[in-house]
Amino acid sequence: MAFVYDWLFAPFIEHGFMRRALVACLALSAGSGTVGVFLILRRMSLMGDALAHALLPGAAIGFLLGGLSLPAMSAGGFVAGIATALLSGVVARFTSLREDASFAAAYLTALAAGVMIVSLRGSTVDLMHILFGSILAVDDMSLALVATTASITLLGMAAIYRPLVVECFNPGFLAAVGVRGSLYHYAFLALAVLNMVAAFQALGTLMALGLLLLPAVAASFWARQVVTMALATLPMAAASGLVGLLISYHSGLPSGPAIVLVASFFYIVSLLFGTHDSVRLRFAPPAHLRA
Amino acid sequence: MSAALRLVDVTVTYDRHPAVHHVSVEIPDGACTAVVGPNGAGKSTLLKAMVGLVREVRGRIEFPHRDRSKIAYLPQQSDVDRSFPISVLDMVMLGGWHAMGAFGAARATDLDGALHAIEAVGLRGFERRPLSTLSSGQFQRALFARMLLQDAEIILLDEPFNAIDARTTADLLALVRRWREDKRTVVCVLHDLEQVRANFPHSVLLARELIAAGPTEQTLTAANLLRARAMAESWDETADVCHPGEAA
Repeated sequence: MAFVYDWLFAPFIEHGFMRRALVACLALSAGSGTVGVFLILRRMSLMGDALAHALLPGAAIGFLLGGLSLPAMSAGGFVAGIATALLSGVVARFTSLREDASFAAAYLTALAAGVMIVSLRGSTVDLMHILFGSILAVDDMSLALVATTASITLLGMAAIYRPLVVECFNPGFLAAVGVRGSLYHYAFLALAVLNMVAAFQALGTLMALGLLLLPAVAASFWARQVVTMALATLPMAAASGLVGLLISYHSGLPSGPAIVLVASFFYIVSLLFGTHDSVRLRFAPPAHLRA
Repeated sequence: MSAALRLVDVTVTYDRHPAVHHVSVEIPDGACTAVVGPNGAGKSTLLKAMVGLVREVRGRIEFPHRDRSKIAYLPQQSDVDRSFPISVLDMVMLGGWHAMGAFGAARATDLDGALHAIEAVGLRGFERRPLSTLSSGQFQRALFARMLLQDAEIILLDEPFNAIDARTTADLLALVRRWREDKRTVVCVLHDLEQVRANFPHSVLLARELIAAGPTEQTLTAANLLRARAMAESWDETADVCHPGEAA
């Protein structure tokens, strides 16, 4: 019992920073599941990743102006993310460049520019913080930001749910009934960027997508409907946050990678043993039915 | 007979090359009209122009008596991502879009309507099945169910029976006949001339330009069909700019 207490509860009871980090992770998990599911359904997983990296130069400019201040870096990151999404969309629409290629180009540019800008003023430690996150330094302000993001995300996704689903699986129908699907696409992208900004403090720009995407990918091996997929992300994302924080605390490892690795663990387990399209079903298919 | 839809000198271009060239035709109100012509004749483009899905349109498309928002359109190659995790019922429910819109709640009557439509196309018992488990024929039935629910006054079908077996085709043609009895306007792109003669009293014969239009037996004559077949399918990079009045 004492061991369970020491390992599981003591870190949070004894340290305020651990409590705040845990709450931030849970709030992040609550909001980002639906966004992650739609990133997958829109086949935008890699684009989402590119988008997350693109937050860097904005956050770096915020860092240049305001130091390691979360509001400044978040605002910068949000503007940079939206600008990248819009620009890539525009470039793809008006030239023959495919959208994935234009996203890749934008993200490489952004990553390089971001590292350069941080290096102008900051130390390597600052750079590491921005790239890989520092969830143990979450303060009340960041908590408020993450919680607000989660609320906006859930309300926003609920509001645009129907047109977004149709835009995903049958955009022609949306066009035929006279609805501009791109509007909802961009609203969704804005919510995605918002979640990445919120995740950026915890996990850094390089892994901001970890809690968004990995639980959603894992959920796709368990559920066959959008809603159940989104619900299935919740426990996995929350557990990733909790276990990742504990591992990081007890073994002195960086928290961002620890959280993302636990999420990866859920992904691998789901891939192997999920109820839908998993490796297990491939190698040991259940007996077929008569009709 | 009054027109549900009137095309006046409509030209639709892709990259400046006309896919539909100076076509003026009236689609009779409350009747079934078939659009016939060789591949590349601009049949699909014509339908897309009627729904407003192509941009490069010259000329006018008028709806004298009908509400333009009450058009249902079934594309030839549906862009439906059939691997998307959505149930048959949810997909059919989208037919109630004009009532629900993007944000409105679905009412009990919409649900009833969807269940009836699913039954009418012979998919009872499939309501909860994911779209990905349907065969092509079942999927086409589901799309027809969604159109039934749309309750449209003008229904545009682009080769709806392609790669569909005889029994499904017969069932779906029965729905088209029901629309005709309801005095809805149906415009349907078809290749099977027997199907056209049996089910569609009116026809439009298209070969980029209008060859003939009117009652089917007067339109689909051997001479007209021959003229349509002779249509150049070429995409002439050196073609001159077309000036108004020059075309036939």
